[in-house]
Amino acid sequence: MISLEIVGLDAEKIKEISKIKQEDDWVLDYRLKSYDLFLKLGYPNFGPSINIDFDKVIYYKSREEDSIKNNWNDINCSIRNELDSVGVLESEKHLDGMGVQYESEVIYHNMLEELTKKNVIFTSIEEGLKKYPDIARKYFGKIVSNSDNKFSALNSSVFSGGSFIYIPPHTKLDRPLQSYFRINSRSMGQFERTLIIVDDDSELYYIEGCTAPNYSESSLHAAVVEIYVGKRSKCRYSTIQNWATNVDNLVTKRALVDEDGKMEWIDGNIGSNITMKYPACILKGDRSEGTCITISVAANKQEQDTGSRMIHLGKNTKSTIISKSIARGGGNATYRGKVDIKESAIHSSAMVKCDTLILDSVSKSDTIPINICGNDSSNIEHEATVSKISDEKLFYLMSRGLDSEKATELIILGFIEKFREELPMEYAVELNQLLKKNL
Amino acid sequence: MDFTIDHIYAKSKDDKEILKDFSLHILPGEIHVIMGPNGTGKSTLSKVIMGSKDYVVTKGDMFIDHESILSLNTTERSRKKIFLAMQSPISIEGVTNSEFLRTALSSQLEKNVGIYEFMKEMEKSMNDLNMNSNMMHRSINQGFSGGERKKNEILQMKILKPKFLILDELDSGLDVDSLKIVCDNINQYISENPDTSILIITHYTRILDYIKPKYVHIMIDGKIMKTGAFSLAKEIEEKGFSCVNEVSEASTHE
Ligand SMILES: Nc1ncnc2c1ncn2[C@@H]1O[C@H](COP(=O)(O)OP(=O)(O)O)[C@@H](O)[C@H]1O
Ligand SMILES: [Mg+2]
Repeated sequence: MISLEIVGLDAEKIKEISKIKQEDDWVLDYRLKSYDLFLKLGYPNFGPSINIDFDKVIYYKSREEDSIKNNWNDINCSIRNELDSVGVLESEKHLDGMGVQYESEVIYHNMLEELTKKNVIFTSIEEGLKKYPDIARKYFGKIVSNSDNKFSALNSSVFSGGSFIYIPPHTKLDRPLQSYFRINSRSMGQFERTLIIVDDDSELYYIEGCTAPNYSESSLHAAVVEIYVGKRSKCRYSTIQNWATNVDNLVTKRALVDEDGKMEWIDGNIGSNITMKYPACILKGDRSEGTCITISVAANKQEQDTGSRMIHLGKNTKSTIISKSIARGGGNATYRGKVDIKESAIHSSAMVKCDTLILDSVSKSDTIPINICGNDSSNIEHEATVSKISDEKLFYLMSRGLDSEKATELIILGFIEKFREELPMEYAVELNQLLKKNL
Repeated sequence: MDFTIDHIYAKSKDDKEILKDFSLHILPGEIHVIMGPNGTGKSTLSKVIMGSKDYVVTKGDMFIDHESILSLNTTERSRKKIFLAMQSPISIEGVTNSEFLRTALSSQLEKNVGIYEFMKEMEKSMNDLNMNSNMMHRSINQGFSGGERKKNEILQMKILKPKFLILDELDSGLDVDSLKIVCDNINQYISENPDTSILIITHYTRILDYIKPKYVHIMIDGKIMKTGAFSLAKEIEEKGFSCVNEVSEASTHE
């Protein structure tokens, strides 16, 4: 691998990225077709107004020594210290496997040996596409199409890094796998691509973490995550994104769920400037289930445009969306979601619950649900609340000796408890700290 | 604790005058009762004492141990050991009783209270009150019945150990057996902390069968109209508040 930086985009530059990665022709082909789509597609016609100067974005950046290591001692000392300072090394103790991406390339990957023996695959997307083309060609770009939206097209043309995971049939991991993404340069675009396949009768818990330090020039994060949940399998994917507040975070996440499968998205959005993210479940198999629990904190002019999409195709399918938004300091937290129960999805049910907490008068919140029920044996339940921190609650807590900051904090943490309780202990603690910093 | 209210006037934020020239003096260890018809300003009085921002004190002053507390906020008053068991305690989602109460105790004592010792005390206190111990892990008052909420108030009292206790309509929501248990706990607390001053607000005399007051005040239209001994409460029970009204304009109190 050579060190270089690719700024601005055209077909030649895409070929260059592909060449650095020594990709097969089908992958390059896919990139170029996606690039055409990227040029043709406009920005989404809903949500926050996006303004990105695509000529200034760094699409690829790596350094010579950035090949994948499986030992921290082999990793550049300053990067190692940087990662250590944000708790990455410590968190590995709680995991079955971990990957770390720095800018465009995955620099660290390690997994318990016994998982290798069980034929679990956990590697970078590049290696996955190269070494396991049969799996890759069956699923890659099939769950999230490159024509889905402008940013899925962009990701499909310039993707770099991200995880490739395959869990063979009848395999359960005791602890989560985690990937950690970090952007460290100005104007850096991160375009990781993740493909997860949980084959029949298996289970996976995957955690994604991401941060970026603050720079004056903005950065772009446009990821695509595709997940296949096999028959009777279960996958849970949790993220707490804490990007710096000048990163635009435009992510397409989608899972295809087969018969009796279960998909759970746990999605926290605390950082970034603009976020547009709507984790989706395509409930294709009969009796499949999808759950999405999100929290979004929009502070200081941030725009969190988040929600979930549940598309019911199979019979007796079930979905649950729980969304908790907090807006303060001129932030805008909008829930934008869609439940679509197709005609074929008889005897299905969906539940949507969105709660918003607005902390001051300059902040905004909106709830924009689309609920479509295409047959009469199914039903959609929708519930939305908008509340302020009530003086009555503050009075109650303060009358027991809490000061107003502590009382406010307890009320906010209580508000998002449903989300917190879905996180492993260490992450719940981390989330509390993040929230204290951001509120 | 010595508690004095000196000619207080208070109005709501929308300018409705609720307390009108209200005065009261409670000596350490004394139990006073305020009785009065609905809407007379009893709960308002309790919240004004606690420093609620829903009300503005326009005239008068308030003292504990001869020091004015008017400029103190709710938190500070609580830390001065005033405790209000509220008429309708609010519920707060996602904040567990134990998390809340340990935080409250830690901030009152200005030190971090260890989980182990705290839990032991919680368990004992809940047992005293005949409360199910899983309630400590439930959100504050969420899904609690009226009676359970009232017990929860007294649980907080037991843990926070106030020196001045205000009980606003404690008996509402409590069945006969629970009322007895709760009052037994309060009496036990008084016997262990004999300097505790208590203000009982009620419009029924039921609670006075368990906790014996030294003085009974009749409050009508934001002001104390009549003060007497325990027998006055019984009189009110028989004849109603209207009898006070008739003579009240002429009557005065200390
Ligand atoms: N925050 C408030 N804003 C406006 N009016 C209030 C407020 N609080 C109480 N009141 C009114 O003041 C009167 C006294 O209320 P309250 O103190 O609750 O009476 P009590 O407890 O004696 O039944 C009632 O008429 C009530 O509607
Ligand atoms: Mg009242």
